Amino acid sequence: MQPLVDNVAVGEMLRLHGISRRGFIKFCTAAASAMALPPWMGPAMAQQLQNAPRPSVIYLSFQECTGCFESFTRSFAPTIESLIFNVISLDYDDTLMAAAGDAAESALAKAMHDNFGKYVLIIDGSVPTGAGGGYCTAGGKSAVDTLRDAAKGAAAIICVGTCSAFGGIPFADPNPTDAWPISAIISDKPIINVSGCPPIPEVITGTLLQYVTTGKVPDLDEHLRPKAFFGTTIHDRCYRRPFYDQGKFAKTFDDEGARNGWCLYELGCKGPTTYNACATTKWNGGTSFPIESGHGCIGCSEPGFWDKGSLYSPLSATDWGKAGESSPRQVLELAAGAIAGGAVLGLASAGSGRLRQYRSEHPLDSEPKDS
Amino acid sequence: MDLLHFARGLGLKIALGVFCLGVTWRIVSFALLRIRREYSRPRESVFKYVLGGLITAGSRSWPHREFIGRTGAGEALGYSYHLGLFAVVLLFTPHILFLRSLFGFAWPGLPSSLITIISVLTLTLFLAVLFRRLTSRVMRLLSNFDDYFSWFITMLVMVTGLAATSHVGGPYETLLALHILSVDVLLIWFPFGKLMHAFYIFPSRAINGALLARKGATS
Repeated sequence: MQPLVDNVAVGEMLRLHGISRRGFIKFCTAAASAMALPPWMGPAMAQQLQNAPRPSVIYLSFQECTGCFESFTRSFAPTIESLIFNVISLDYDDTLMAAAGDAAESALAKAMHDNFGKYVLIIDGSVPTGAGGGYCTAGGKSAVDTLRDAAKGAAAIICVGTCSAFGGIPFADPNPTDAWPISAIISDKPIINVSGCPPIPEVITGTLLQYVTTGKVPDLDEHLRPKAFFGTTIHDRCYRRPFYDQGKFAKTFDDEGARNGWCLYELGCKGPTTYNACATTKWNGGTSFPIESGHGCIGCSEPGFWDKGSLYSPLSATDWGKAGESSPRQVLELAAGAIAGGAVLGLASAGSGRLRQYRSEHPLDSEPKDS
Repeated sequence: MDLLHFARGLGLKIALGVFCLGVTWRIVSFALLRIRREYSRPRESVFKYVLGGLITAGSRSWPHREFIGRTGAGEALGYSYHLGLFAVVLLFTPHILFLRSLFGFAWPGLPSSLITIISVLTLTLFLAVLFRRLTSRVMRLLSNFDDYFSWFITMLVMVTGLAATSHVGGPYETLLALHILSVDVLLIWFPFGKLMHAFYIFPSRAINGALLARKGATS
């Protein structure tokens, strides 16, 4: 692999790596198509990238499991991995970079200084604020301080993964580290959330590519997610949807319905409430996605997914407390208490009614008697 | 706590509690109502007037031959939308799963697409019922807030449910939350409005029939 060269336009960089212009336009067209952009955007993106210097990208990881970054590196489209890493100038990433210690921190400071106001800040992981930010530190600096410093010079922030987008699992009850999503801490920069646990590789690279080529934040939904990827629910695009419409549901993970590929709604699939591109873009180079592999969607790209009851409770089931679904015993207890209260009220109102009736029928009885 | 979490969690608990409390209250009050003392001699044996009550509970469920021309269409309309409601509430798989989480058992459902068709037909009948109420001078005079609100809340449950399953009008999660919230409101309203007829209809017919049978009349 050719070494990265600073301050070289993308077109020149591609030539160095033996990628033809034709191949590059094909890639851009495919990327534009994946992002639901108009067909003319593919060549326009290619043109923009050919002449533009590689935009600086700083990738920070906070309270996370590195699953999002693992996903990011598994973009399966032909040559997309090398292309992405050469289209952008990845100036800091503590998972990938060879440097460590002071050298790594100096690289971060230099990238932030040299590209102030222009770099794209990618973040995975939530930001713990408990214990003075001490739950997550690097180079003696807390995540929250690093975030605030890095955000100052960022042109935009792309939050990769549900932890940085919505707080994710660290944010889930009881949130012992007082973790927060990026949008709760930074409010003066454009933020694009690419949620998922982890997000789909092509959704991460597609969103990044769209931003660096157009310089504009794509159309976002109410959770700041690109509509191109998060515009429809998994249920809407699921290949098992016809079985939902026919009322054919798998009852267990190994029954005949499951083997026939019937809908997993009864097994707790969260597809109807989950907005993501899993059913269309799929995973592992378009091989399959969780529902295709026999497991219901767990709704990992939605805010608070970990606190929305059991992963295996149907969406229409009750949601009582930590255990998720109610139990018949709980319902019985509630009903018994209410019925007992209702019976007492009924007896009281019937008694008072009869008393009123008696007094109206026997007015003399209620008057004081003369002695 | 998001809207859906509230609707099927705390909101549902409150609604079920109010429903059970209110229904029991009204049934107990109703059962203990003092019936005016009859001074005349019973024309029939106790067995016969109990039987008369049971027969009346059934016979009043069908239009009287003499009035069938005038009331038949209205009763057909009423029966049709009630049957539609029963089918949608009890035979739609997500509803069965909801009821399973409450009572612990389930039963087979109908295909979702068939339920959608039944829902649309039932909604149409609901509109027809309202039209009939508004266009009939007698019915309009007899109607009050209770009638219109009971119609509205039942309609709201139907509309939000249909919107949620059809993904029309907003994100599924929001529509589902609104649907369950409207069910919560319906459960709270139920004991205090005319929806209570679900519990009163047969006992009141039976008591009327029994009292008439005691006097030697049939109804």
